[in-house]
Amino acid sequence: MAQTAQQAPKPGSMSGPTQLKFGATPPKKDRHKGSRSWLSRILGGTGARSNRTVWGNFMMILFLCVMASLFLIPVVMIINNAFKPLHELLIIPPHIFVRNPTLRNFQDLGPIFANTLVPFSRYLFNSLFIVALGCIGQIFFASMAAYPLAKYEFPGVHLINRLIVLSLMFSGAVTAIPNFVIVSALGFIDTYFAVIIPVFAQTLGLYLMRNFMGQVYSSVIESAAIDGAGEFRTLWTVVMPAVKPAWITLIIFSFQSMWGVTGGAFLYNEALKPLNAALGQITAAGLARIGVGSAIGLIMFMVPLVIFIIMQSNVVETMNSSGMKD
Amino acid sequence: MEDRIRSNNPRSFRANKNLYFMMAPFLIIFFTFTILPVLTSIFFSFTNWNVLQPPIFLGLENYRRLFLDDPQFMQAIRNTFHFAVIIGPVGYLLSFLMAWVINELTPKLRAFFTIVFYAPSIGGGTFMVFGFLFSPDPHGWFNAFLLNLGVIDSPILFNQDPVWMRTVVIIVSLWMSLGFGFLSFVAGLQTIDRTQYEAGAIDGIRSRWQELWYITLPNMKPQMMFGAILSITGSLGIGAVPAALMGMPSPGYATHTLDNHLNDFGSIRMEMGYASAIAVFMFVLMIGANALVQKFIRIVGT
Repeated sequence: MAQTAQQAPKPGSMSGPTQLKFGATPPKKDRHKGSRSWLSRILGGTGARSNRTVWGNFMMILFLCVMASLFLIPVVMIINNAFKPLHELLIIPPHIFVRNPTLRNFQDLGPIFANTLVPFSRYLFNSLFIVALGCIGQIFFASMAAYPLAKYEFPGVHLINRLIVLSLMFSGAVTAIPNFVIVSALGFIDTYFAVIIPVFAQTLGLYLMRNFMGQVYSSVIESAAIDGAGEFRTLWTVVMPAVKPAWITLIIFSFQSMWGVTGGAFLYNEALKPLNAALGQITAAGLARIGVGSAIGLIMFMVPLVIFIIMQSNVVETMNSSGMKD
Repeated sequence: MEDRIRSNNPRSFRANKNLYFMMAPFLIIFFTFTILPVLTSIFFSFTNWNVLQPPIFLGLENYRRLFLDDPQFMQAIRNTFHFAVIIGPVGYLLSFLMAWVINELTPKLRAFFTIVFYAPSIGGGTFMVFGFLFSPDPHGWFNAFLLNLGVIDSPILFNQDPVWMRTVVIIVSLWMSLGFGFLSFVAGLQTIDRTQYEAGAIDGIRSRWQELWYITLPNMKPQMMFGAILSITGSLGIGAVPAALMGMPSPGYATHTLDNHLNDFGSIRMEMGYASAIAVFMFVLMIGANALVQKFIRIVGT
């Protein structure tokens, strides 16, 4: 990878920069450590910051904090609702914060799940199975297809690329019925396949991967080819590490959408339904189950949030370990 | 403009068989579960189909009815444009602005703020909190606040007054716009090589704004195109938020959108042929919007 550092792109050059991340250490510069204000020390993310004004930094922090407090209200409310006793949940207008926190809502889940047709663990297994296979499959197949579409010239490449963009713009509401007919013709109804296989070819994920991969320099890929690596190996050893932020973003996205799967029209056997479907049946009782409903709301929110936090801090770690840190 | 690998034989199928082999699993599933349903839907748009009986071919009758005989459809077009013109561009710029500002922070703070801004998109129904905020009764948060201040003497009917109904939908949609597009911007900014900024500083880039225009934006084009697609499909396909907040159909069709109209015919009235015609219309609309936006993005940074 050493030779790649020599062809540092000019500012404003069109092509992507990704390849320089490997091993290229940024030139150590005098950062005027002593003269920097605390603000510019917080805002130190992107390297040479001599063109930053203190006033601009201050406005940015202020702006971020105001926006953050606006965005956090519903999240704070979901968390607080789960611990509210019944009379606080029903009060109008609702309070954001809980006054007398209780664990009652979570304890009430116990008796409900003790009487279900299928044990709780079975629902949990279904969810984990569907989410894991769906996410891994989506990233695997999307990356394999995205790489040729982004980096090679072959008959049909532009047609396929165009079809993928077009397919993102057709309403899912009317394709649902043709889709159901196809799924049932393939015999997928009441199998995990019905909810997992179509996800493997979700175009949004492929489009994301393709756009990021287009920024990896061809010269890096070609030098891997000279070393004797085939397309398949080059993809996993050279291209995928370079686009790590892209597939981490895709994991977040596909986890979230797979976690929300209920099976809907495809899964009728109770033993195959995911947790989300079971919890949906519980909250369907509405006002009568508003207590457990809010506990469920928190559980369903926390799982993808935790995955998101883990993944997001992973992006940060990548950047630290590739020589970007101070 | 594109940096593609020059293979020995770009016009031959056989020379590139490895590549087709890599794409095959995706393309087979893509064709079966995406292309095929879309093609059948386009076919159904020329028929009268109630899902239970075989479709009856009508030619262009559905389209004639849409444009000449359906006042709610015209209302839906107006409302959708009204929403999309504001929500699309503003939401897109807001996503980019927030991602860009966050990117200036240290890694830990950057992760923190990304999580804060994306968190509402994780919970499916988080926007329902706006139901309390804009509740039309005098105890709704916003109404109670204004009544206490004495700004108004009777509660604002957020779900009855057409101007307020549209305003509330726009506010909530903008608040929700930091979704997957925002995440891809954050990820895209991470892949920009830091040495470019140092080189830029030496070459005489003086302000944040010059740096944005000459270095950051040209490096972000793929992500900007990705975000643009999401903004277009999200804003022209708006429907879930107005339906959840204002009801379906909304009073006086004041926030009735194309997507609402499609769902009305597709899942309530079971006129799938007519619903497919609406979907085809939205499809054409989005293709046009996308062509326009891609043209804009090409200008950026030049």
